[in-house]
Amino acid sequence: MMRFWAMLLVLFIVTACTTNEQPSGMEDPVDKKPAFGDTFIEGSIGDASTLLPILASDSASSEINGLVYSGLVRYDGDLEIVGELAESWEISEDNLTITFHLRKGVKWHDGSPFTSADVLFTYQLYIDPETPTAYAESYLQVKKAEAPDDYTFRVTYDQPYAPALMSWAFSVLPKHLLEGKKITESELARHPVGTGPYRFVEWQSGEKIVLEANRDYFEGSPYIKRFVFRIIPDTSTQFLELQTGGLDFMTLSPLQYDRQTDTLAFKRLFNKYRYLAFGYTYLGYNLKRPMFQDRRVRQALTYAIDKQEIINGVLLGYGEAATGPYKPDAWVYNTEVPRYDYNPEKARQLLAEAGWSDTDNDGILDKNGAPFQFTIVTNQGNDLRSKAGEIIQRRFRQVGVDVQLRIIEWATFLKEFINPGNFDATILGWSGGPEPDQFEIWHSSKTGPRELNFIGYKNPEVDMLLEKGRRIFDQDERKLIYDRFQRILAEDQPYTFLFVGEALPAVASRFYGIEPTAAGIRYNFNQWYVPQGLQKFSR
Amino acid sequence: MYRYLLRRLLMMIPLLIGITLISFTVIHLAPGEPTDMQTQMNPQASSDLQAKLHKQYGLDKPLHEQYLLWLGRFVRLDFGESFAQDNRPVLGKITERLPVTILLNVLSLVVILTVALPLGVISAVRRNSFFDRATTVLVFVGFAMPSFWLALLMMDWLGVRLGVLPVSGLKSLGYEYMSLSEQLLDRIAHLVVPVFIAAIGGLAGFSRYMRSNMLDVIRQDYIMTARAKGLSERVVIYKHALRNALLPVITILGLSVPGLIGGSVIFETIFAIPGMGKLFYDGVMMRDYPLIMGVLVIGAVLTLVGNLLADVSYALADPRIRNSE
Repeated sequence: MMRFWAMLLVLFIVTACTTNEQPSGMEDPVDKKPAFGDTFIEGSIGDASTLLPILASDSASSEINGLVYSGLVRYDGDLEIVGELAESWEISEDNLTITFHLRKGVKWHDGSPFTSADVLFTYQLYIDPETPTAYAESYLQVKKAEAPDDYTFRVTYDQPYAPALMSWAFSVLPKHLLEGKKITESELARHPVGTGPYRFVEWQSGEKIVLEANRDYFEGSPYIKRFVFRIIPDTSTQFLELQTGGLDFMTLSPLQYDRQTDTLAFKRLFNKYRYLAFGYTYLGYNLKRPMFQDRRVRQALTYAIDKQEIINGVLLGYGEAATGPYKPDAWVYNTEVPRYDYNPEKARQLLAEAGWSDTDNDGILDKNGAPFQFTIVTNQGNDLRSKAGEIIQRRFRQVGVDVQLRIIEWATFLKEFINPGNFDATILGWSGGPEPDQFEIWHSSKTGPRELNFIGYKNPEVDMLLEKGRRIFDQDERKLIYDRFQRILAEDQPYTFLFVGEALPAVASRFYGIEPTAAGIRYNFNQWYVPQGLQKFSR
Repeated sequence: MYRYLLRRLLMMIPLLIGITLISFTVIHLAPGEPTDMQTQMNPQASSDLQAKLHKQYGLDKPLHEQYLLWLGRFVRLDFGESFAQDNRPVLGKITERLPVTILLNVLSLVVILTVALPLGVISAVRRNSFFDRATTVLVFVGFAMPSFWLALLMMDWLGVRLGVLPVSGLKSLGYEYMSLSEQLLDRIAHLVVPVFIAAIGGLAGFSRYMRSNMLDVIRQDYIMTARAKGLSERVVIYKHALRNALLPVITILGLSVPGLIGGSVIFETIFAIPGMGKLFYDGVMMRDYPLIMGVLVIGAVLTLVGNLLADVSYALADPRIRNSE
């Protein structure tokens, strides 16, 4: 009996080896021409919530919706705005009216023709008070929207609004399937019908979503025949699935990217990419607390933090120090702002200037008898933030600032700490996009309860710049304004901007046509292909 | 007997209402609310979205009114719609995840029983033997081992290194194109590791329980009588002792009925199995009140029914209890 099991084991090992070695036999196919076919399997930690883009606010839903639906415009690989359902558009002299000329002959996945009536209908749905959408704000700025003919859509604003053009990247919804029904009860939430490159096939809750190439897609059919979105909540499991070929794409953690994928076998089967993600992590100070009202104190605290140490420690080096709210490779990024490189001497000196000194020799600075003590709060479930907090805690202690770290479950964190302004400092992150408008986060009118300027930052010049920035269309002119905005933020240090992380995706090496740019790698997914000889799935 | 049954069934009604009232209060005591996920920390969310959602979900009404509304729907067996963005009926969300959860739990319970009961009996019969000590150590190692860790090791070993079993999920990708027998094999291959992991932690409890029951019974006078009659040891143990030692196990089985629909979040997360545990956990995290209430109520009903079944089957199995009324 033992012999039998031992033999079986040997057999398994042998078969395992042969299956692993198979791809090496066909490594250099003669034909690498784009070909239609094969399946792309992506892993996601969360299931989509709804496939009606107007109601969705999670990233899993947005990803599927992005493939099923199309907007009037979109960002291309260089983050330039290009037409999608709109063939072209004109912006009037006074920057108040945008006229879109729509593509002709576009069909919904069910075969009905797409017209400007669909666009108008979607717009009306967004501003309908009955629609519980998170995205009404941009559309409420529109004074008048009209569809003069089937292929023209025109919007007029009260005042120029720079993010306006890109707001029309919204997913256009099919009027003929949604009209006259309550949007929250629509069937389309589970069976979307769009105009995009992929059409919906099936959705098994908590398991997978399957899409199939739309051969009639107006920009030409995508090459990859099938898109499978597998829900695997645990990233370790995802990584194991990736290695067995159960996934073709996953976003690696810095640890996986750096330490666990450096094997020959992995390199043969996968290509790894890295690019700066949109979004940054920061340490925000509650400016209603007296101790943080002095700008020198905030500058000192930034000097006391070694950002590179945090990047090396929590991201294993896969990130860059943040100096403001934009990522370093964005057009709007100001390279000239003060950088506050790690300098504990300078930190102590600035704190002394602000009146903080260690009079009782207990190692903690004090002022008027009160020690410099505060608590940093952050949310549970984000390892990067809690680790960064621990490193900061140690560095602050070295300049004589005593810091406690508290990690709190998300809902409690918002309700008990952030919303009532009941915190000293917090480590959080913002994710963003190419649009530089930061009105919601920094304008002094947004300091109310549940609003995003919860640290209570008020600077009249920043207010003025933010108001002006969103009214200007010309990129060079806008850059001047946002340069100034970044400089003031850097001088004021209402946040210590910590780091911008990198996205670290791995893609099965049989996929060709991937061209990394500042926009990442997924922007040209329709052009990805698997050469005929390398295709893995025939159905 | 029937009057007893009827009384027990009627007693369940106030008990159930009490349970729902307490559950409802407790989940509303937790800070945060269902709308936070969509409205908070989202630069694009308009300020009146929260109010809109409150109105849509009926959260603008006073709490006692919300409870009465919920109760009114519940007696008509309507669990309402989920507060998640998909707004699907709670009952649909639960029933689509029930089969796989029940399947896994039943399979692991079967595995536990088939392994643990004999283990317990043999350990008791050969008390303090090497076998007894070795199984004690083994089942407790299984009990103490973090299941997620063992699961990852097994997945890496069997799935990646040996490549003999799938890593996670319930079905392979090309499942729809397989023949019926291939489909069955595929299903089984996906279930091997999860069932093993689910069972290994439960072995300790059942086998220890069985062992101590058996030891109790073996010390009884009637066992001595049976031996004195000259019955073979085999008949004494497996006919006279085992049947009596199994009685308390029935109670335990009855009490595990509600456990059949409960899943473990960690377990389901690791194996990417869409089961009840993950559904409930996500529901709690986003404060999806109707969903939480739905799962809790179903769990409560099953607990009550399980207790009743345990009592009734105990009475059926044990003539002393049956005839005492």
